[in-house]
Amino acid sequence: MGEQIRTVDVAEVTRHIREMCIEANHFLSPDMESAMRRAAETERAPLGRQILAQLQDNLKIAGEDRIPICQDTGMAVIFLEVGQDVHLTGGVLEDAVNEGVRQGYTEGYLRKSVVGDPLLRENTKDNTPAVIHYEIVPGDRIMITVAPKGFGSENMSRIFMLKPADGIEGVKNAILTAVQDAGPNACPPMVVGVGIGGTFEKCALLAKKALVRPADSHSPIPYVRELEEEMLAKINGTGIGPGGLGGTTTALAVNINTYPTHIAGLPVAVNICCHVNRHIVRTI
Amino acid sequence: MPAPLGEDDSEMDRHIHAPLDAEEVRGLHAGDYVYVTGTIYTARDAAHKRMQEALDRGEALPIAVKNNVIYYMGPSPAREGRPIGSAGPTTASRMDKYTPALLDLGLLGMIGKGKRSAAVKDAIVRNGAVYFAAVGGAGALLSKAVKASEVVAYDDLGTEAIRRLEVENFPAIVVIDAAGNDLYETAIEEYRM
Repeated sequence: MGEQIRTVDVAEVTRHIREMCIEANHFLSPDMESAMRRAAETERAPLGRQILAQLQDNLKIAGEDRIPICQDTGMAVIFLEVGQDVHLTGGVLEDAVNEGVRQGYTEGYLRKSVVGDPLLRENTKDNTPAVIHYEIVPGDRIMITVAPKGFGSENMSRIFMLKPADGIEGVKNAILTAVQDAGPNACPPMVVGVGIGGTFEKCALLAKKALVRPADSHSPIPYVRELEEEMLAKINGTGIGPGGLGGTTTALAVNINTYPTHIAGLPVAVNICCHVNRHIVRTI
Repeated sequence: MPAPLGEDDSEMDRHIHAPLDAEEVRGLHAGDYVYVTGTIYTARDAAHKRMQEALDRGEALPIAVKNNVIYYMGPSPAREGRPIGSAGPTTASRMDKYTPALLDLGLLGMIGKGKRSAAVKDAIVRNGAVYFAAVGGAGALLSKAVKASEVVAYDDLGTEAIRRLEVENFPAIVVIDAAGNDLYETAIEEYRM
């Protein structure tokens, strides 16, 4: 067919991931930064405004003094979209990704928050392994997304296996239930990533991917976009507010991703992220 | 509803000293904005589990909890020349299982974020204690209030070790007071549509 195979040394992947882990933990992406600034301007509750002003100061201090925005520098969630015309050399890709995480978290003064076994719970001391999602895509580039995920909000995430008869009202209830149960625990104002459709695991992944979408983006599907807007308004009407201490800013964005599903099912996953919704992208 | 706090809240600000004074704690009300100065201790999941195991074996705790404040926090590593890294609160409810026993031993204050169980609230009221929230996700800002940090127990737990912190004007909000008022329940009502 004549496509050129492009060779990429996995050491290049390591270098980028190392830098991206450090960057993501000290600087919010522009979409999140402007969402936070807008929230500080529009919040109506006095205490809510005070909290949002503190969070503005926090971002400034984090960048200027090189202190992580949040001490929970997360489990490193990494999406790799690998072009099918890329040939990776120099080692094993998974090892290269984890080496980048190891270097970033140790050299970048980031917290080591990963235990090697969920029940034996011994800290791996270098924040590895990462959670890596691979996709094979057309082309000869590699798109890397680094999204360190904190667990205050991860713990409040939910999956609902609804029935088709539950319909869109069932979906709305599921989203609202997850947000209301999360309340102050998830460090509001939050970003709400929603997956609708697919299978059990696909739905959860859709929700996670919705969180790494720019906070100011919308679904290209008209009714889904309307649902995003309606749910954002509903969530901000719960009164939970900044820090869960009352106010009009409970969520900064509701991002919804959908996928075809089975005739018998309507899976809904709600992945909640705090205001430190870290996601940065590089293409190599 | 507590008096509104905001730009004009200087009269509402309260400065308190840690370890706490039992009388002063009884004078705190849900919604008060306070600045804590003095000595506090960090402990989160793994340290609480170990303290509970020590109590179960009839052993002494590695720190004297009486009148003290526990801050639910596991910091990021400190850069050279600094006392601590990012240092914001973690979710308190994960410690709920272990908390009533510590309150009954005299623990007077906790700093964290998020809701507490009914059993913890009962123990707060029973012992005249207080639960404060610090702003979640403000770890860089809050680290500025930490003037010194020293690991005093469970060093092998890394970020989860028990640390003694010297804090100065650490900002916190009274969420559950000694009378059992819970700001998380009352404050959201005003803004619910």
